[in-house]
Amino acid sequence: MELSKKIRISNDLGLHARAAAKIVELGRQYKSQLFLRKDDREVDGSSILSILTLSCPKGTEIEARIVGEDSEAFMERLGELLGQKFGEIK
Amino acid sequence: MMDARVSGQRSLRGVAVSPGIIIGKARLVDRSKVKIFYQYLISDDQLNREIERFKEAVRNTQDQLNALKNGMPEKLKGHAFILDSHLMILKDSMIYDASIRRILDDKINAEWALKQSFEEIRQIFSQVDDEYISTRIKDVEYVTERLLRDLSGTQQESLAEINERVIIVAHELSPGDTSELNPSKIMGYITDAGGRTSHAAIMAQALQIPVVVGLESATRLVQEGDLLIVDGSTGEVIVNPEEEVIIEYQEKQLQQEEYKSSITRVSHLPAITLDGHTIAVKANIEFLEEVAAAKDYGGEGIGLYRTEFPYLKSKGTPGEDELFEDYKEVAEIIAPAPVTIRTLDLGADKFASGPKFNRETNPALGLRAIRFCLKRPAIFKTQLRAILRASLYGKVQVMFPMISGLQEVLDAKEILAEVKDELDREKVNYERKIKTGIMIEIPSAVTMAEVLAPHVDFFSIGTNDLIQYALAIDRVNEHVAYMYQPFDPALLRMIREVVRAAKNAGIAVSVCGEMAGDPLCVGILLSLGIDEVSMNTRAIPLVKKVIRSLSLEEIRSDFQKVFELSTANEVRAYVRDRMKKLVPELEQRGYLEI
Repeated sequence: MELSKKIRISNDLGLHARAAAKIVELGRQYKSQLFLRKDDREVDGSSILSILTLSCPKGTEIEARIVGEDSEAFMERLGELLGQKFGEIK
Repeated sequence: MMDARVSGQRSLRGVAVSPGIIIGKARLVDRSKVKIFYQYLISDDQLNREIERFKEAVRNTQDQLNALKNGMPEKLKGHAFILDSHLMILKDSMIYDASIRRILDDKINAEWALKQSFEEIRQIFSQVDDEYISTRIKDVEYVTERLLRDLSGTQQESLAEINERVIIVAHELSPGDTSELNPSKIMGYITDAGGRTSHAAIMAQALQIPVVVGLESATRLVQEGDLLIVDGSTGEVIVNPEEEVIIEYQEKQLQQEEYKSSITRVSHLPAITLDGHTIAVKANIEFLEEVAAAKDYGGEGIGLYRTEFPYLKSKGTPGEDELFEDYKEVAEIIAPAPVTIRTLDLGADKFASGPKFNRETNPALGLRAIRFCLKRPAIFKTQLRAILRASLYGKVQVMFPMISGLQEVLDAKEILAEVKDELDREKVNYERKIKTGIMIEIPSAVTMAEVLAPHVDFFSIGTNDLIQYALAIDRVNEHVAYMYQPFDPALLRMIREVVRAAKNAGIAVSVCGEMAGDPLCVGILLSLGIDEVSMNTRAIPLVKKVIRSLSLEEIRSDFQKVFELSTANEVRAYVRDRMKKLVPELEQRGYLEI
């Protein structure tokens, strides 16, 4: 199954190393594969380096695409993670 | 900077940053890359073995990183994240999968494949238009280097493991490297990079070992085991000196040591000029542990207590009680002499690995020090509460760094007043008459000094930053470090203005930059009306000695002349010439070279 969702990066620091690491960690719990797209570039969501190279400061809109059997649960948790602003301390 | 062949010996000249002469064996510390080779593999068998070798290197590196992580002291656990991200990079598809694919597709050895994967990542990162992210390539580089070392069987040595009396020769030393140095083992170090105020130089003064930086080609010209003479007063490094040169330097060395102990013996006495003016000589410290040394060396108080360390060593910010305990102890030990606690001066160079605060293209001009504190009042207040509470245990003064204008002074004082109110409400006691001052280190604060003065109890001129901001130079940059000159006429005029404004308003004014601890600069500072200087602890005995050799009246008229000179070199030459006459010992001891 394939799911896509537009997500706005809302934490102050954007998708920096720590946030990217959290996304990668999350992905390890699922069989599905995550891809993140900004403008016309799509990268492998299981690679912290790839995510970093997307360069997403606060306010960037990205599209998350998840392919696989548990894509729904994965997408839900991803939404939560981004919603929590990666536990960033204000 | 230059090298001249004189028979078998060779001499180099760099920037002298920490005085003293050492004669010892060179130990080259390779902080540079592992050399890698290219190998073309033919059989499938070879390729499979190569992949296995790569995987094993990854496993080994993983184990090492995990061991490092688990071995971290509790206090540093906050930095474990860096290691986590390194672990993640290690298995990242752009490194791991990509390298294995390259071994197979291109039929090449693991080192070469890894190197190519890294180069590709570097290429991609270099196109990212975000300085924070593009500099993360350093992490990738670090991981790659570790892997390469494992693959090629070499290991980066930790400086902490060096247990011989050697002179370290390195291209550059990172803050991590210098913090590992054991000053009782290592005689000194010399580096290719760096200027008088680079990190490696500042650490040298703290470690009190002779150091020369900015030699540019030392790592190329010095061989492991070469005999070196390093003169940290002149910046001279002699490689494989001849017998008579060694004897000459051994004599110099002995004299210096005798001289040092002779001036340290009288350093607890006040510094009074020949014509009877007393100058307060204080110490700059960063750690609680330094207070005792500050007293031993004759420091009449702490003129600058830097408070950043607790914020750097742990994730998040330290708690009020932790800070309070520190401040209280410093205040108690140094009492009845005062301690000036500078509030958080986080910034630029000190926050390299903290993504939380450092995502600026130009951090030196960014959100740091007082600006940061005003933006994050919760952090600021916690520190102010700790300072106020500690004020009961000695004579505490509070100082705000990086003030650029009156608004910041007013805002900072307002927050201080709020904190006092809070403490009053909680019935927590503190010294109500605590003195409040500001650092003068931004040119706009110099221009506005007369406006700022009535609002504070004291000024402290931070010459290190003031020189950098006034001349628009980054002192860590080896290419412009030469411009970092305390004798720049612009700087001297600035100091003159600030002193004038302070005297008119009847407030105290001191200098706490490195210039204050430079024996050559003492005269000129005094002539400008400075009557309090604060410096690196080790510099105190000599500065006191120089003060005692000067007559304020004489130098006032003498140094009036420098304002007729228009370049740093002219001023320097003039001051050197005058100081040579006024304090002949300075020349004899080699201090005029620095």
